[in-house]
Amino acid sequence: MTLRIYAIAYMIFLYAPVLLLPVFAFNDSPVIAFPLKGFTWGWFNDLAGIGALHDAVKNSLWIACMSAIIATGLGICAARAATRFEFPAKRGIMGLIMIPLVLPEIIVAVSLLVVLVQILNLPLSNWTIIAAHVLICMPFSIAILNGAFSNLDNSLEEAALDLGESRFAAFRLVTLPLVMPGIISSLLISFTISLDEFIIAFFLSGSEPTMPVYIWGLLRFPQRLPAVMALGTILVILSIVLLVIAEYFRRRGLKRAGLKDTGGFL
Amino acid sequence: MAFGRYKNSEAARGLTLVSPPFFYAITLLAAPLAAVIMFSFWTQDFLTLDRTPTLENYRTIMTEPLYGTLLLRSLYIASAVMAVTVALAFPIAYFVSFHVPAHRKSLWLFLITIPFWTSYLIRVFLWKVILGYNGVLNSSLLGTGLIGEPLTFILYNPNAVVLTLAHAFAPFAILPIFVSLEKIDRSLLEAARDLGESRAQTFFSITLPLAMPGILAAMVIVLIPTIGDYVTPRLVGGPNGLMIANLIQTLFLKLNNAPLGAALAIVAMISVATWCITFIVIAKILMWLTNKARGLT
Repeated sequence: MTLRIYAIAYMIFLYAPVLLLPVFAFNDSPVIAFPLKGFTWGWFNDLAGIGALHDAVKNSLWIACMSAIIATGLGICAARAATRFEFPAKRGIMGLIMIPLVLPEIIVAVSLLVVLVQILNLPLSNWTIIAAHVLICMPFSIAILNGAFSNLDNSLEEAALDLGESRFAAFRLVTLPLVMPGIISSLLISFTISLDEFIIAFFLSGSEPTMPVYIWGLLRFPQRLPAVMALGTILVILSIVLLVIAEYFRRRGLKRAGLKDTGGFL
Repeated sequence: MAFGRYKNSEAARGLTLVSPPFFYAITLLAAPLAAVIMFSFWTQDFLTLDRTPTLENYRTIMTEPLYGTLLLRSLYIASAVMAVTVALAFPIAYFVSFHVPAHRKSLWLFLITIPFWTSYLIRVFLWKVILGYNGVLNSSLLGTGLIGEPLTFILYNPNAVVLTLAHAFAPFAILPIFVSLEKIDRSLLEAARDLGESRAQTFFSITLPLAMPGILAAMVIVLIPTIGDYVTPRLVGGPNGLMIANLIQTLFLKLNNAPLGAALAIVAMISVATWCITFIVIAKILMWLTNKARGLT
């Protein structure tokens, strides 16, 4: 019983900031504090008027889409190799690919900044951010896809090979549809990670900021804060929708692979 | 012929398949990290980069007290975050694993991970709103009459950083512990109870030791990324809560001294790795000693 009360208190602790967002987004006061003043849609209208924000959002959406597609593509290769084949130095290779999961993001940011700017003297652009985001999304993608690829019955693909399909065709026609839910889940999670990522984009963005970098700038202006709350509310709703869809597909993928759900993305 | 057989072998197909992500990680992770190490031995002289290898940057970090102070504080804050996060996470992982019915478990885990995925920056900023002088916490505590004047020890200091990071990294601690608790064979617990152990004895003699790998994994997974956090110390830490990442950012983007920043990043990573290995070894020794003591009695 005490444990249940603790669990509920813990969930309140976890959700406190997320639940406060809409409270202040609709509060008719330029100060982010209690007591509340009344209901307004005004801060959402404010958002529509900030042109630079729209550019930042467009940038972020583009970066998130490209990062998700590339990270999932590479993730498919790695997850398939890790679950289907035994090869030399497997642990070392997979370990290297998974490292960004625990490496502080500032280390990734700094190391890419050194190489791109100081050594190769390349200009910073959206592509430099995409390159880094692929790196940090890939481990999450692999973790999800491992679930979808493991326990997949090899004899299905072998049957297709015996019936005269090429190896690639057998993969495309048999395996791919079976792991499709995992792929969609991986795309959505990678998209969410990239869209929300701040520190790498802060170091690697050129003249065009991403949305989190732009929000970071807004946080310094007290009069902009209610609009930030409104933006945050939209983002929270958007990411919850994406996560629910991702979770739905992840579970469907596990079911198709015949696995018992152990829960959790990580 | 031999090549043809090799090409179709298990190992070759696996290696071919894993090579695109592997080469991606080599070029964008391993090589840049090597470049950072190389860079840390160079020096910056205003606009020109002096490529003569030297230990100058490391000497600066060792001798100037600012670096040592920030490094120690970062290790201290990250360790406090690790302790608080794992201590708060263990009961919840235990609750989900032992008290939630099987078909509800993944729903609980999903609910636990949702806040983690939503706008990191704004989430940290909201802690500032919650903990501030006129913040949510103070105004509600004042309202209920529990305190006479606003609490000031909860914002713009290391405590605030610890609390905010413990919130941000919660799923990183809960999931590994949950996985290790799920692996525990429930019949072991029943056996212990049947043999007359109390609930508490069973917990300390069976559940906790078997959950130890998950707890250690959680500690490492929380400790390493938190040491490099930039946003939280900057937003809620105040002047005495700044951490090593803030200094690295200043060196790279403001002072244009990338070599010194690179050296500082490397020193930070080496310190956190050493600290990790130390406490894992200590934990292993303690586990071995308790096992031995138990075996003898």
